Amino acid sequence: MTRLDKLDERADVAPASAESLAAAMRSALADVERPPPPRPLSTSLTFGWRALLKIKHVPEQLFDVTVFPVMFTLLFTFLFGGAIAGSVGGYLQYVLPGLLVQGVIMITMYTGSTLRTDIDRGVFDRFRSLPIWRPSALVGMLLGDAVRYTISATVTIALGLALGYRPEGGVPGVLMAVLLILVFAFSFSWLWTFFALVLRTPGAVMGVSMLVITPLTFASNIFIEPSTLPNWLQAFVEVNPVSHLVTAVRDFMGGMDASGELSITLLWCAGLVAIFGPLTMIRYRTAG
Amino acid sequence: MTDLAIETHALVKTFKKTVAVDGIDLAIPRGGVHGFLGPNGAGKTTTIRMLATLTRPDSGTARVLGRDVVTDANEVRRRVSLTGQFASVDEDLTGAENLRLIGRLFGYTGARATRRSDELLTAFGLSDARDKQVKKYSGGMRRRIDIAASIVVTPELLFLDEPTTGLDPRSRNEVWDIIRAMVSSGTTVLLTTQYLDEADQLADRISVIDAGKVIAEGTSSELKAKVGNGALHVRVMNPADRPRASEVLNRILGVEIRDQADPAALSATVADPGIVTSALTALAAEKIELAQFSLGQPSLDEVFLALTGHTSESTSDEEVAA
Repeated sequence: MTRLDKLDERADVAPASAESLAAAMRSALADVERPPPPRPLSTSLTFGWRALLKIKHVPEQLFDVTVFPVMFTLLFTFLFGGAIAGSVGGYLQYVLPGLLVQGVIMITMYTGSTLRTDIDRGVFDRFRSLPIWRPSALVGMLLGDAVRYTISATVTIALGLALGYRPEGGVPGVLMAVLLILVFAFSFSWLWTFFALVLRTPGAVMGVSMLVITPLTFASNIFIEPSTLPNWLQAFVEVNPVSHLVTAVRDFMGGMDASGELSITLLWCAGLVAIFGPLTMIRYRTAG
Repeated sequence: MTDLAIETHALVKTFKKTVAVDGIDLAIPRGGVHGFLGPNGAGKTTTIRMLATLTRPDSGTARVLGRDVVTDANEVRRRVSLTGQFASVDEDLTGAENLRLIGRLFGYTGARATRRSDELLTAFGLSDARDKQVKKYSGGMRRRIDIAASIVVTPELLFLDEPTTGLDPRSRNEVWDIIRAMVSSGTTVLLTTQYLDEADQLADRISVIDAGKVIAEGTSSELKAKVGNGALHVRVMNPADRPRASEVLNRILGVEIRDQADPAALSATVADPGIVTSALTALAAEKIELAQFSLGQPSLDEVFLALTGHTSESTSDEEVAA
């Protein structure tokens, strides 16, 4: 309290007098202009701008998108390289597209706990009280997250290139792969927004996210060829949307035809948004 | 079209097993300040959340500025604004960024939103703190930016939920000045408070809410009149004399004499102020020395006690805000 009081003094923000305040207030309130209602895209982008401002003010939140990809890439490449592929260099060629996917999917889970924190602080109640397209606060948040995902992907690819990874698909293949990962992450995140509105604390949201992400990323074809797995696990890996995404990403980056896996992945994306988008919005509308 | 700012019929909201709002009827005219007075958990916040379209009523109807809060929610949202324990600004952003964000969301262009933000920061005495993150603001500054954020587009009706809870007296006076200034420029304000003096100071009319129901309504003078004509306050010089003084007063006045927290103080509500002189004489005859003997209007605290059977400070139920 005393510290804050000092801050108040220093900033010298006390209004000069009740009369001058009233005058300033009257002139501010006299402005009764009502701008035309903004479009959904415009409000979504405005919320995206808010997410970028938060990154600017709290740059620590970029820690996970820069340090994690480096750690995962080094750890998994050198840990499994010899055992799985016989050499680190050979394994890197196989695993890097998968690590790219894993890195982004891991950090999508922050979306849920960030949203929960916002709700707990009361920020979303103000947004919900505004006359705007309701999903725009969430869509904007996810658009802002795309910036974080792009940073994560860039770090992973740069490190991969430094370690000797060579994408046969060239720049267009890599760009397509990253774009697909962003689309998938956006769609997949509606799962987390839903959990954030159902569960009560950021910690609980985080816990559930781990529970979902761990099997989805490890029981996939990110690290290994599924043919080495027991049948039941192979069956799971084959339906796991992450496996389809990884295969598509691998095909794009390896310069191969990715169209088959691309359509399956996009179907999963559409399905995730179609189910968890409305579920999230129902919770969002009736929350409280 | 109706002249009422707020009109509700039998509004009910239940959370799990707790009935937060239990059939509230309101008819609040436009203009001025209407106060919702009640302890924590009385249902004030839940009622405001329903009126501001954040929470759906389980039953009953509510019209705000003539528009239904459920079927015409977006039209309500365009005309009202809220500030309170909930509906805060983003602490990670600066004051200026918060106001620009809200301006943009209302449809202002970037330049227009910046201009509006500057104008409000000046009006609220926050120009020097414009580029500071809101989490670094003091309590009073924080409340001012919260209120500024709710008038980026001038609302017809402003909900203020406990705007001065937790503020020091100087900041509280600043917020009161802001509220008076807003009212003088024509905004209708619905204010919730647990502070009786706040309702007394600001509100033209007051609804006293307890356990999800409106238990009394009127101007502060009308509410006081309901309780009795006068409040008698007595302080004895020596606290040991208090029980004897209480006995004497009870005998003469024939009403309940209440012990105050101050060990030397007593209070009573008297219907006929004329009888008070004989009480004074009787105390003198008993040789009880007095430090204070005064007759005044009852405080809203006493009104609340008389209406609900408990003081405004006691928490009747846990706060149901979620």
